[in-house]
Amino acid sequence: MARIRLSGERIRGELVRKIEELSGQNLLACNQCGKCSAGCPAAAVMDLLPNQVIRYAQFGLEEVLAANSIWVCAACQTCYARCPHGVDLPRVMEALRVIALEQQGDRLRPQELDPQKVAELPQLAVVGGFRKFTMMGG
Amino acid sequence: MAIPYYPGCTLSTRGRGYDASGRAVAKALGLELQELQDWNCCGATFPLSMDNLLAMAGPARVLAGARAQGERVATLCAICYNVLKRTNHFLQGDAEKRERINHFIEAQYAGDLRVQHFLEVLRDELGFQALRQRVEEAREATGRSLEGLKVAPYYGCLLLRPQKELQLDDAEDPHILEDLLQALGCQPVDFSHRVECCGSYLLVTSAELAADMSFGVLQSAARSAADLLVTACPLCQYNLDYRQAEMARQHPGFQPLPVLYFTQLMGLALGLDATDWGWELHHVDPRPVLTEHGYGQVFGVRRSEFGGGPQRTPNSEP
Amino acid sequence: MTEELVPVFIMGKRYDVPSSLTIMKAMEYAGYQLVRGVGCRGGFCGACATVYRLQGDDTLYFGLACQTVVQPNMYLTQIPFFPAQRAEYDISTLQPRPERLFSLYPELLRCLGCGTCTKACPQELDVKGYMAAAMRGDIARVADLSFDCIMCGLCAARCPVGEAQYNIAILCRRLYGRYLAPRSQHLEDRLAEIRAGQFNQALEELKSLSLDELKARYKARQIEPE
Repeated sequence: MARIRLSGERIRGELVRKIEELSGQNLLACNQCGKCSAGCPAAAVMDLLPNQVIRYAQFGLEEVLAANSIWVCAACQTCYARCPHGVDLPRVMEALRVIALEQQGDRLRPQELDPQKVAELPQLAVVGGFRKFTMMGG
Repeated sequence: MAIPYYPGCTLSTRGRGYDASGRAVAKALGLELQELQDWNCCGATFPLSMDNLLAMAGPARVLAGARAQGERVATLCAICYNVLKRTNHFLQGDAEKRERINHFIEAQYAGDLRVQHFLEVLRDELGFQALRQRVEEAREATGRSLEGLKVAPYYGCLLLRPQKELQLDDAEDPHILEDLLQALGCQPVDFSHRVECCGSYLLVTSAELAADMSFGVLQSAARSAADLLVTACPLCQYNLDYRQAEMARQHPGFQPLPVLYFTQLMGLALGLDATDWGWELHHVDPRPVLTEHGYGQVFGVRRSEFGGGPQRTPNSEP
Repeated sequence: MTEELVPVFIMGKRYDVPSSLTIMKAMEYAGYQLVRGVGCRGGFCGACATVYRLQGDDTLYFGLACQTVVQPNMYLTQIPFFPAQRAEYDISTLQPRPERLFSLYPELLRCLGCGTCTKACPQELDVKGYMAAAMRGDIARVADLSFDCIMCGLCAARCPVGEAQYNIAILCRRLYGRYLAPRSQHLEDRLAEIRAGQFNQALEELKSLSLDELKARYKARQIEPE
């Protein structure tokens, strides 16, 4: 694992401020107990476990925006249901998605969807996908 | 009693059987679901970013429209329920943002609508005791019953969470579906994954991951020896049902599990005509397990018209 | 008598034009020669979509240049064309099913239901309403709600997620017309009569008339009351 450099500047920096503003959450309310990661149904395939995501967010580390974790989170709310400090991690994940989408662009393009697949899918799946993986939906 | 009803988009296509069986069941129980006039998509996800008011315009308009037609609205779709109820909760709690949204959608919604899931109506207004009575009557009239059928009650996520806002049942240890199944004469089985996620919309971007998540749910239900699984969500139904043929190929010994809407099972228990309840959209044929209970003939589709998925018990039908 | 002149701002430049003119005539009065952004001049073709604001009013207004009379201190520009996704299809091989809408226009499922399109429609159509119907696959409802669409494109111009509402709507009207609309029995009957030669004699008679006689007949023809 690459070495991570922490600094007070980053901890009080723009990224932390933006995540807190978009999520409405106090990131420092998390004390890293790890219940979110224990219960997350997608944790097995995440680059960063849910508790690591929030740790990176607390420290204002941009690397969190490159983790696949924010894209495999299905906003199932299990972590939020179990957090002893009431941290709404799904909102933190969403804030990170919004910031990442602004920087990296849409991750789901209508023209790249397989027409056969779209015809087969329940509308809910596609609507939900657009809301989570493109700008404006968020 | 007529109940204002918001079907949601998927209930007119893939989830058609949920809509049809839900309406039929409601009508039989004297709770007619009356579709709202003029409604739009709820958005399928509740916007979780604090500044995303635009995504709330759609669901807010549904709520405003429903309020103009009555004091409550009920849904069958767990996702629509979640989005509408959370949006309502948001609008109730933030008068300033409510006014901004009202201004944008040209409405005067005060946040005073009740959003219900049909399960709540059954539990709180009809009562499961009364339902049980009706099921008994149907059993006497038809000679059929679901007695002994082992059913996995699958909640998934959005019917329950976040509990603070939805307040339908305990988010970690719910029992509304178990209570319903008992009223139907079935035997609800306990299984570890009943409140786990099916993969939801990840189906679109990470289909393999969604399939793994669904597989976990199905395996868990299978370990509890369930004959079939019921859900209250058309996306869960699809995720759990559509890949079972492939799962059977990938995992030797995998026993396909029919995935029904709870309303379909209710309708059977109430002895209703189930012919047109979208059975052709199901991949796994539920008839082999239901035939034992005398319900094999009520589906109105031939085997070849099922969605092409595997059957639970091979060679049970010519 | 000279007509009162009012100031209008066309693409930011001030012109004083007679107050009774439509936007289109005002533009021509001001010296613009319209090649694009003009068509039937009767409010049907949808070529002259125009957006405008009025001084001191924060509302953005929409109208057809050929139908909208100028107002003092109107700031306007035409949007004669707005690029939008258009699917290619052969209507004769399509099925009038919801899945076809979703596979030809997957972006339909991006609609936010925000209603910005409805506010922009110069035909006062419920655009968001027909988009909502399209999202649930109700082709007949889309056809009905969008019947008066003139394809001006203002809805697409205003959509925050880049929908091509008007192209989705015309697909639905085509599917409706081709597959869903009830067949008209009296039309079928009349076609059968024509094929059976019932009108041959009347046609022959018309063909034998002189131009003046034809004109007289035309002027005297029966017209359905409006």
